[in-house]
Amino acid sequence: MARDIHGMVEKRGAGLWLTHVFMILGVLVIFFPIWLAFVASTVTQVDIIQPPMPVWPGDQFRINYKNALFSGVNVPVATMLFNSLVMAVGIAVGKIAISLLSAFAIVYFRFPGRNVFFWMIFLTLMLPVEVRIVPTFEVVAGFGMLNSYSGLIFPLIASATATFLFRQFFLTIPDELAEAARVDGARPMRFFWDIVVPMSRTNVAALFVILFIYGWNQYLWPLLITTDPEMNTIVMGIKQMFPSGDDFAHWPTIMATSILAMIPPVIVVVGMQRLFIRGLVDSEK
Amino acid sequence: MEKRVTFRGWMLPLLLIAPQVVVSAVFFFYPAGQAIWQSLFIPDPFGLSSQFVGLGNFEFLLSDPFYRASFATTAIFSILVTLCSMIPALFLAVIADRLIKGSGVYRTLLIWPYAVAPAVAGVLWLFMFNTRVGVISWYLGTLGYDWNHVLNGGEAMGLVVIASAWGRISYNFLFFFAALQAVPRSVIEAAAIDGARFWRRFFTIVLPLLSPTTFFLLVVNVVYAFFETFGVIHTITAGGPQQSTTILVYKVFSDGFVGQDLGSSSAQSVILLIVVGLLTVIQFKFIEKRVHY
Repeated sequence: MARDIHGMVEKRGAGLWLTHVFMILGVLVIFFPIWLAFVASTVTQVDIIQPPMPVWPGDQFRINYKNALFSGVNVPVATMLFNSLVMAVGIAVGKIAISLLSAFAIVYFRFPGRNVFFWMIFLTLMLPVEVRIVPTFEVVAGFGMLNSYSGLIFPLIASATATFLFRQFFLTIPDELAEAARVDGARPMRFFWDIVVPMSRTNVAALFVILFIYGWNQYLWPLLITTDPEMNTIVMGIKQMFPSGDDFAHWPTIMATSILAMIPPVIVVVGMQRLFIRGLVDSEK
Repeated sequence: MEKRVTFRGWMLPLLLIAPQVVVSAVFFFYPAGQAIWQSLFIPDPFGLSSQFVGLGNFEFLLSDPFYRASFATTAIFSILVTLCSMIPALFLAVIADRLIKGSGVYRTLLIWPYAVAPAVAGVLWLFMFNTRVGVISWYLGTLGYDWNHVLNGGEAMGLVVIASAWGRISYNFLFFFAALQAVPRSVIEAAAIDGARFWRRFFTIVLPLLSPTTFFLLVVNVVYAFFETFGVIHTITAGGPQQSTTILVYKVFSDGFVGQDLGSSSAQSVILLIVVGLLTVIQFKFIEKRVHY
């Protein structure tokens, strides 16, 4: 009986196969743009500019990727990959570091101005960088931080999501632990390093995954402040590879670059799927 | 909620909170304040002085047909992106939920597009619909349909909507799938015993139980369409043709950086600030409700 009811809800037999067919179709449709980009990165320019282009990979894989990585169009893609890596890791590490410290201060201390600071941080939740680009650009230019890693990183870590996440988590740490630390005469920073940080490990990792992708995929900000091709990040650099006139874009190089641009975030998302989903759910709460 | 046990001292906590406060002040509060301040002035063409105009920039904007058109474009764009990313995601999640085994594999494959930056997604879709080399536009051509998003505003809108919605399908799928897995099996099985068929069960039981997730996703997808799709628009259409894909965020950029109209761009920033504020309030209100739910 129980099995029969089960059969009504989850599919068996022919229905099960149909379900799999639907699922596979869905995956194929979703994957098609990525597949096509990969194919385009393994054929010659001539194969592409005489449509329709092939749908199976060609034999130019090594040539195209070598060309993209070490020559590129304006600047070698390897340089852009490195810039993106510095930016993404910088944003993730920077944001996690300042948020851990400030959340610790807000949760474990009573000090003058605590509420003011708390609301100040809370307000930064609300405003994406896209909305305040012109004045932020002026500030960064005023500091001489155009075309620099600090210019790429700092304006994007001025937001409070991570602080709130850590605050919520610290509030769930049992009071007995802080009590015991105080009785033992442990200094606050000792408690922070020995108890709070190790306990936050999973949250830190989940947040790192989310922030890494956030940083890697930035477009508008690097577009504005990296006027020197040597400082371009890969996500914004792809658009710079298109010729401005009526010439044909060099599609194999552009598509090889697109594939290279998505490999690091895909590895992070797929490889750390569990942490990624946890981070996604946490940071949207 | 507050901690009962706290540490003493005020120097240390001030030091701990200082980095975040300094970064927020320099890169957030000062620029945001500047945006509000500049929105009240019109600089002269040489940038040497500026004239106080009060709310003049706002009055001008709200009566500017281009700005109004951009509002309408943004509304249409965000509604379409939300629908085109949520409906396929729900469909896929419902199918995946019917599988006992193997749904993990599909999930792993379906989350890929989330990792692809909007700007890169823009390049991928531009490649498929490119008027000269695009595969899909070529096949459309053989069917007798002449695809040209460079000239046709409607097609341009369609293309940026698909390219923006594509990566979001992954995101929505994850949330719908998790919500579906949380629907109690017993309720579904009871309905099955009573003879309710799949679609009936879906519309009368499952969909109402999904409503908190659906509402949450509606809000975050609208926020996404408003603020995070700049890369898609910039790579595919650059706001054209004839501003048919110029959403509000794109207009802040094009008026401020390309047109160098700082007063207007700042006023637009302030209007967007109000929009973000409203959306945040809606989101928080809803989350409070969900906690009680």
